[in-house]
Amino acid sequence: MDNAHNLDRKRFGAVFALMHRIRAFEEAAIAAQKEGLVLGAIHPSIGQEAVAAGVCCNLQSADLLLSTHRGHGHTLAKGADPLAMMRELFGRAGGTCGGKGGSMHIADFGVGMLGANGVVGANIPIATGAAHGLKLQGSKQIVACIFGDGAINRGPFLEGLNWARVFDLPVLFVCEDNGFSATTRTRDMTAGAGAAARAQSLGIPAVEVDGNDVLAVDAATRTAIDDIRAGKGPVLLHCRTYRITGHTAVDPALYRPADEVEAQRGNCPIARLGAALAMAGMEPDALAATAQQAVEEMTAIAAKARDTDWPDPMAAFSDVQDMGDPRERAF
Amino acid sequence: MATDTYLNAGRRAVIEEMQRDRAVWALGEDLGRGGVFGQYRDLQGMFGADRIADTPISEACIMGAAVGAAMTGTRPIVEMRFSDFALCAIDELVNQAAKARFMFGGQMRVPMVVREPIGMWRSSAAQHSQSLESWYTHIPGLVVVAPATPADNLGLLKSAIRNDDPVVYLEHKNLWGLEGELPDGEHLVPLGKADIARHGDAVTIVTWSGMRHACLRAAEALATAGIEAEVIDLRTLWPWDRETVFNSVRRTGRLLVVQEAVSVSGFGAEIAASVAEALHHELKAPIRRLGAPRIPVAYAPALEDRARVGDAAIIDAVRGLVAPCPAN
Ligand SMILES: Cc1ncc(C[n+]2csc(CCOP(=O)(O)OP(=O)(O)O)c2C)c(N)n1
Repeated sequence: MDNAHNLDRKRFGAVFALMHRIRAFEEAAIAAQKEGLVLGAIHPSIGQEAVAAGVCCNLQSADLLLSTHRGHGHTLAKGADPLAMMRELFGRAGGTCGGKGGSMHIADFGVGMLGANGVVGANIPIATGAAHGLKLQGSKQIVACIFGDGAINRGPFLEGLNWARVFDLPVLFVCEDNGFSATTRTRDMTAGAGAAARAQSLGIPAVEVDGNDVLAVDAATRTAIDDIRAGKGPVLLHCRTYRITGHTAVDPALYRPADEVEAQRGNCPIARLGAALAMAGMEPDALAATAQQAVEEMTAIAAKARDTDWPDPMAAFSDVQDMGDPRERAF
Repeated sequence: MATDTYLNAGRRAVIEEMQRDRAVWALGEDLGRGGVFGQYRDLQGMFGADRIADTPISEACIMGAAVGAAMTGTRPIVEMRFSDFALCAIDELVNQAAKARFMFGGQMRVPMVVREPIGMWRSSAAQHSQSLESWYTHIPGLVVVAPATPADNLGLLKSAIRNDDPVVYLEHKNLWGLEGELPDGEHLVPLGKADIARHGDAVTIVTWSGMRHACLRAAEALATAGIEAEVIDLRTLWPWDRETVFNSVRRTGRLLVVQEAVSVSGFGAEIAASVAEALHHELKAPIRRLGAPRIPVAYAPALEDRARVGDAAIIDAVRGLVAPCPAN
C-alpha cells in the first residue's frame, strides 16, 4: 500500500463501507442462526471480503456474476438487497428466491447475480455459457465467475476454462483461495502449482494477488476486465485469502491450530483498508462510523426479516415447470 | 406430403425453428461435419459456426454452458451424441437445468432441448445402447419426449424447441432411417399428448419410442387371430397422457406396458402403478409389463438379443392377458 497517500478516498471509502456491510451481514446471520432463525447451513466469508468487494466494484450493473455456496459477500457486492437476502436465509416471503433457495442458492437476476451454487465448480460451465450467450448476442457485458480453491480439482474447471479460451469468451474467473476445501487443506489434495498455472497451461492469462489486499484485488481486476472488454478473452485471477470461520458457521474447525487463525485475524482485509484510508487522511471517527452504520443496518435488517411472514405453502408447487401437474399422484 | 426419414425430420425441425427464431442455436461435438449421425448435415453452412457450434468433448460444459446461455436469452439445442454420454453431464442437467427455475424462485427459465439418442441398434454394447428415460421422468423440472415416427420427430422437436423449460429429447438410434410421411408446412405435435397408433378393444398396449413398431407388428399378428389390440404411443413421457391411457384401459380392461428399457424401475412401472391405483376395479386381468432383463446390453447378436423385447414376447403377453381366467 505504498500509494496510500494517493488513494481515491471516495472510491475506497465506498469499498470500505461495502466490506463492513458484508462482514456485518454475515455476523448478523451467524447470530440469527444461533437463535434458530437461519434454517439451513451458512458458509461465512468472514476474512475474505476483499475478494467480493475488489472484484465486484469493477463490474457494471449489466455485467453478470456467478457465485458459490460461500456467496453472501459476492451477492451483496453485486448490488442485491440485503433485506431480501436475509429473508431468504430465514426462509421467508420476499426472500430473493421466495424462500425456495436459502443461502446456497441465492440469486438476484435483477442485479445480474445469476446464482450461488450448492455444487462445487458447477458455476464454471454455467458462467462460461452465460458469456457464450452474451457473445452470440453481440452484447458488451462480461461475466465474472467466483469459485473456491477446491473447485479447481473438479472436471468442470478444466472443461469451462478450455471452452472459454477456445471461444474467446468475456469471462473473468476468480479463484477465491481460502486454503481449505471444507475441512481439508486444499494444497494437500492439489497437484502442481495450482489455479494460475492450470489456467496458463490453457493459454489463459492468470494473475496471483494477495486476496486480503483490496487495493491489489481491485487493481488486478481492473486490468483483467479492461483486457476482457477489449475482446482478449478470459482471464483468471487467483486471490489468496483465509477463511476465519469454520467451513460452515457451526464448524469449530479444530483441524487447524488456533495460532494460525489468530495470525490471520491480524491480516484482516477490512482493517488493512482502514489503515490505508487513515493514512490517506480519512478521520478515525469517520472510519469507525462506517463500521457502526453497517452493524446498525444489518441488525435492523435481521429484525425486519424475523418479522416477515413465511411463504405461502402452495408456492412449493409453482415454478417447477410449465407442463404437467407437480402434485401428480403425490397425495 | 413428402416421404422422408426420421433423421431428416429432426433435421427439418431444427432448420425451421432456427429460421423462425434467431435465439435458437445448437452446440455439440462434430456438428460442423453434420453430427455423428448426420442430423446436422450442412447446417453449419446454412447458419454459420456461431449457431451450429462445434464444441470440445466436454459433456459437462456443453450442458452447463447451455444452462448459462439459456439464462442469458438464447435457446440452445444441446447435442449429447448418445444418451450414454449425457451421464457425464448429469449434474448440469439434474441439479442445474432442472432446478434453476424453482430454486431461484421463478426469476428465470432455462429453455433448452437436450437431444440424446437412446436405444439398441446393432452391436453397440453396454455404453452405446441404453434407454434411461425413467431417470429423467423422475426429475421435477424436466419434460421428457421420445418420438417414434418421422412426423412425430418433426412435430415434437419443434414443440420441444419452443418449450420454455428444459426438455430431454430422446430419439431412437435404430429409427434414424425409418421412412414416413411428413406433412408440408408447419407441423407441430403438442407435448404431453399420446398417439393412438392402432385402435382395438381387447387390450391396451402402452409403449413409446422404438417399441411402438414392435407393438404394431405384434398387434397385426394378433388381429389375424381375432384379437384387436389398442396401441398407444405415449410420445411424451413427462407429462404423460393419463387421460388417453385411462380411457383406453376403461374400455379394454386390460393393460400391457412395453418398453425397451430395463423393466426394473422403468417408466412402465409408473404407468402400471397409476392404472392399478385408479382403475383397479375395472381391470379384467392383472397388468403386465414387458421390458429388458436387468443385464447390460451385450455386443454379440446372440447375447444382445437377450436384452430385446421381441414381437413374440408381446404376442405371448397379450394372449396371456386375454385368455379366460382359469376358474377358481
Ligand atoms: C460436487 C460437490 N462435492 C462436494 C461438495 C461438498 N462441499 C461443499 S463446500 C466444499 C468445499 C469447497 O471448497 P472450495 O471450493 O475451496 O470453497 P470454500 O468452501 O473454501 O469456499 C465441499 C467439499 C459439494 N457441495 N459439491
